[in-house]
Amino acid sequence: MSGGLGKLIRTLQIDTRLLGMIGAFIVISLVFHVATGGTFLTPRNLFTLTLQTASVAVMATGMVFVIVTRNIDLSIGSMLGIIGMLMGVIQVQILPDFLGFGNPAIWVITVVIGLLLGAAIGAFQGWLIGYLVIPSFIVTLGGLLIWRGGAWWVSKGTTISPLDPNFVMLGGASGTIGVTASWVLAIVGSILTVVFLINTRRKHISHDFAVKPLWAEYALGAILVAAICGITAIMNAYLVPTRILQRRFAAEGLEMPEGYTEAYGFPISVLIVLFVTIAMTVVAKKTRFGRYIFAMGGNPDAAELSGINTRMLTVKVFALMGALTAIAAVIASARLGSAGSSLGELDELRVIAAAVIGGTALAGGVGTIYGAILGALIMQALVSGMGMVGVDSPLQNMIVGGVLILAVWIDIIYRRKTGDA
Amino acid sequence: MSTPLLEMRNISIHFGGIKAVDDVSIDVMPGEVVGLLGHNGAGKSTLIKILSGAYKKDAGEIFVDGQKVEINSPIDARAHNIETIYQTLALSDNLDAASNLFLGREITTRFGLVDDTAMEAESRKIMARLNPNFQRFSEPVRSLSGGQRQSVAIARAVYFNARILIMDEPTAALGVHETAMVADLIKELKAQGLGIFLISHDTREMMDLCDRVSVMKNGQLIGTERVEDVTEDDILSMIIMGKNPKKAA
Ligand SMILES: Nc1ncnc2c1ncn2[C@@H]1O[C@H](COP(=O)(O)OP(=O)(O)OP(=O)(O)O)[C@@H](O)[C@H]1O
Ligand SMILES: [Mg+2]
Repeated sequence: MSGGLGKLIRTLQIDTRLLGMIGAFIVISLVFHVATGGTFLTPRNLFTLTLQTASVAVMATGMVFVIVTRNIDLSIGSMLGIIGMLMGVIQVQILPDFLGFGNPAIWVITVVIGLLLGAAIGAFQGWLIGYLVIPSFIVTLGGLLIWRGGAWWVSKGTTISPLDPNFVMLGGASGTIGVTASWVLAIVGSILTVVFLINTRRKHISHDFAVKPLWAEYALGAILVAAICGITAIMNAYLVPTRILQRRFAAEGLEMPEGYTEAYGFPISVLIVLFVTIAMTVVAKKTRFGRYIFAMGGNPDAAELSGINTRMLTVKVFALMGALTAIAAVIASARLGSAGSSLGELDELRVIAAAVIGGTALAGGVGTIYGAILGALIMQALVSGMGMVGVDSPLQNMIVGGVLILAVWIDIIYRRKTGDA
Repeated sequence: MSTPLLEMRNISIHFGGIKAVDDVSIDVMPGEVVGLLGHNGAGKSTLIKILSGAYKKDAGEIFVDGQKVEINSPIDARAHNIETIYQTLALSDNLDAASNLFLGREITTRFGLVDDTAMEAESRKIMARLNPNFQRFSEPVRSLSGGQRQSVAIARAVYFNARILIMDEPTAALGVHETAMVADLIKELKAQGLGIFLISHDTREMMDLCDRVSVMKNGQLIGTERVEDVTEDDILSMIIMGKNPKKAA
């Protein structure tokens, strides 16, 4: 990288891969913004984009761990299907009989059962892979067929709807936290970010490690806080359509005041993604479990010789993947308000593509959570943008396929150049 | 005679049809260095991997301080303060030096999270002793030179207060200067009372560093001799002919 800018980036210690991905996202957005005559980069469209990305993004974080341990999970789309379907049956056909329609316990029980189911299915597949040493490609290819068939079998091909009204809020389309709560969250997030930066710096100084110059620390803090507030401002700029507001006032028998407006704020599903991202990043970087996942991916024999039970680790990684798939199933079915037997179809490919575009190496040992999230966002931006421009879906698929290959090729060149990872 | 610090008695293991180790017995006293010599494929690494918990023996017994112990996993070996530098180094290439050094035994904060800063600080301390030129702490060990990687593997074995140290060709990738440093380290650890099994193909180095040498061939123990009782030629002929000249005489 040339002189001044390269030096700046190094001083700030920003990952160049991260910059590249953000750059790619911005370029894609700008191109579509121009091509759509100015509708792509609007609060409304960005809001929709995050909603559409949420379920794939959640699963992509789990896929990072799976791929880092030199495995693959092809079953997640079908798993999402059957879990979504079973959760649909539970909340629509079973629980209301006991608890009464609309009881808030319904969504809680449904989600808990979904999570347990996902973790159990994942753990079982992980056991076949870790302990019976059947390749993950085969086990999860079998899973892809089995769980998709199972989803159909549960519903005999029908679609279960409408889902529980509280449950549906988790999908985000009708569940947002509003302006005030969004700003509170942004402020809390900003404070935590700054505290984290200060703590890290203190710790490094106390051990006499080299630290960034103070101005770089301030700059980094400012960039992060600006990013948090910027995203919040966008979410808070998307106004609820007047029609919907009028209807809501009418339902309460009130007249809507002249010039009254209200914005959506963060959708609940996006907050779930945020939570999953932070949690998974902590797991990856700061827990033994995460450390062992990367150690196993780098050298399975070395991991074994260090006393790591790589078989059990495999079971845990797939169980986690299953639990995250269940979360994705909640988001996906709640967003649609229904559970059909094709829910989640082809998601495994989107998720794998997101992880790989995000820099996860199929050879194992390398990958980041934020990369996978950005990968998911880039893919969804591409798909939505093409849809808005009027590209028909066969051509969309062809383009996404081409982009996937291109992204991996760029990644290979990047790695060769930097000599890292 | 006093009790050995560690004794492996009548150890056997086979892989398919190959008897990789066939009824071998070796031992080491506190403050003693025992060398293992033999051709490629003689069974040296396999024998010590049984001791480090990497392989499960088919037959034989292991004693620490005269007490019979069961070593079924690397964790068991570590619990008996047996540390190993593997011939393959056994490093995770994608992790940095500190993560490798503490792999499986991470330092954690009071919240149970891994404390990378503390581990790096400890790694810097031990490396300052072993290889003062080593500075690349935050890079994946993949990008280190063979010798630097070997230093990381040595640091890992030495850091955790081993009583019994297994070194499988620890100087294979090292330069002259670094090899001399490892020799000094071995002498220092020996003076501290550790028992050391050293594997190397360099007979002269072995005559210099070891108190006794055991020679293996085709999985069998040819003999164990004190270095002052034999010449380098005697050792070579044991390795090559598979016969103990002293016993024949
Ligand atoms: N995991 C394994 N599976 C099958 N055979 C093995 C295995 N490990 C070792 N062997 C065989 O056991 C024999 C002894 O191997 P070992 O690695 O112990 O030799 P070595 O004395 O350490 O040789 P070198 O000097 O080349 O390191 C060889 O014939 C080898 O092929
Ligand atoms: Mg060997």
